[in-house]
Amino acid sequence: MTNEDLQHIITSFGTDLEFTTEGSEFLNVIVPKEQLHSICSQLKSHPELKFDYAFCITGMDWVPALGVIYHLNSTELKHEIVLKVMVDDRENPTLDSVHDIWQTADFHELEIFDFFGIKFNNHPKLRRLFLTPEWEGFPLRKDYVDEANMIIK
Amino acid sequence: MTDQQLQNKIKTEEYFINMGPQHPAAHGVLRLILTIDGEIIKNVEPDLGYIHRSIEKMCERDSYQQIVHLTDRMDYLSSHINNVAVCLAVEKGLEIEVSDRVKVIRTIIDELTRIASHCLWWGVMGMDLGALTTYFYAFRDREMINDIFEETCGARLTMNYNVPGGLMFDIHPNFVNRTKDFITHFKTKIPEYDRLLTGNVIFQKRTKGVGILTREDAISFGVSGPTARGSGFSSDVRKHHPYSAYDRVNFNEILFTEGDTFARYQVRMMELWESVSIIEQLIDNIPEGETKAATKAVIKLPKGEFYQRVETARGELGVYINSTGNKNPYRVKFRSPGFSNLSILNHISKPRFRNTIFY
Repeated sequence: MTNEDLQHIITSFGTDLEFTTEGSEFLNVIVPKEQLHSICSQLKSHPELKFDYAFCITGMDWVPALGVIYHLNSTELKHEIVLKVMVDDRENPTLDSVHDIWQTADFHELEIFDFFGIKFNNHPKLRRLFLTPEWEGFPLRKDYVDEANMIIK
Repeated sequence: MTDQQLQNKIKTEEYFINMGPQHPAAHGVLRLILTIDGEIIKNVEPDLGYIHRSIEKMCERDSYQQIVHLTDRMDYLSSHINNVAVCLAVEKGLEIEVSDRVKVIRTIIDELTRIASHCLWWGVMGMDLGALTTYFYAFRDREMINDIFEETCGARLTMNYNVPGGLMFDIHPNFVNRTKDFITHFKTKIPEYDRLLTGNVIFQKRTKGVGILTREDAISFGVSGPTARGSGFSSDVRKHHPYSAYDRVNFNEILFTEGDTFARYQVRMMELWESVSIIEQLIDNIPEGETKAATKAVIKLPKGEFYQRVETARGELGVYINSTGNKNPYRVKFRSPGFSNLSILNHISKPRFRNTIFY
């Protein structure tokens, strides 16, 4: 399915969706965070889309916004898109978990929580995965400073 | 007395047990928090990060040439394939087309790396089940590959043979002959592997029907590589998104549908034959050409996002580079196959006996 066809179907899933292919090989869809879970479940269940394989889930710090990038693939229909969601609140960033749609999101959301501090609603057990529970700060944020362990050029 | 009656009679209670972080059967540093009732596993919670080296954060500081050298430490059994993944992503950003010679050499070394990695896996898989001989057989053959690498790249494990735009230098004059000798030797050894372990009744009893992963779960958990193909999920990046010279060789994607440990074992064993076949198709036809395309000393990727995936010995490795046009990437994400594959551990290992978790 071409990017135009994908865009045509996905447009009806929500409001205020932004589509772009600039600087990327995939069709990028920027989703408002309130609609993330409903759009994801429609992406998976729609018979012409069937995005069942979330092959990469990336945390991002676009200063000042934080966010998550979902690379999605349909193993049956072979098309791919990229979903982006942003959250402006750096103190208490919260998004909806999509682990009930793609189970791989469980671990990836733990990784993102660990390194970016984004909390996920309805996640089965949100905890520090790589770092120790008492670790302060979120290392992959751009404003993270650790004078003892980081070499800044 | 039936099992159920016996179970009712014997009072047991759940308790926690730590497996790792250092454990002789865990090849790497991994802590598993097991909840067990008697010998039955109720829950497995992996605790990661004992050897997390913050490579993604280091990438944001380093130049694109430097990033390549960090990646072989992510998985030193697939070091060359990891290097190629980053080089391909950077080449995609720079819109460089490497020469046919580079593509073919990369593919041959990729497959040698895969054989070396599968050899190690086969050796330690047998060893964990108590068959120590497998370890020595596999390491004997793997040693030959390491010698070939050493002669060409100067390193045996972390090879650093690739740079964005091609190879660091040309292959050693002995490379072709030694690889051919190895292939001739190895083709007589795979049947030996099968005779030693695959047909063994004890081995089959301990792997068949253990750790069953369905195709739907494999997709949902983002599982890839031989683990996914043992469950019938066609996920071979070399087939679906060919890179290097994989579009010009004939090979089969090995698929099994049982989804148990034995199916995953068979996928890897048959992949050895496919890797041998790929190398045989290419080794006599390495085209002439330059080994490195001209790149600037300071590589700056254009503004944008670049995603490249490759098939490592463990599955799909994705490299996501987000560039703002500087000499350093803004964000690099490695979608490593092991991380997603590990997440199925809790799902497939219960309710099983505790000793099955090792395989």
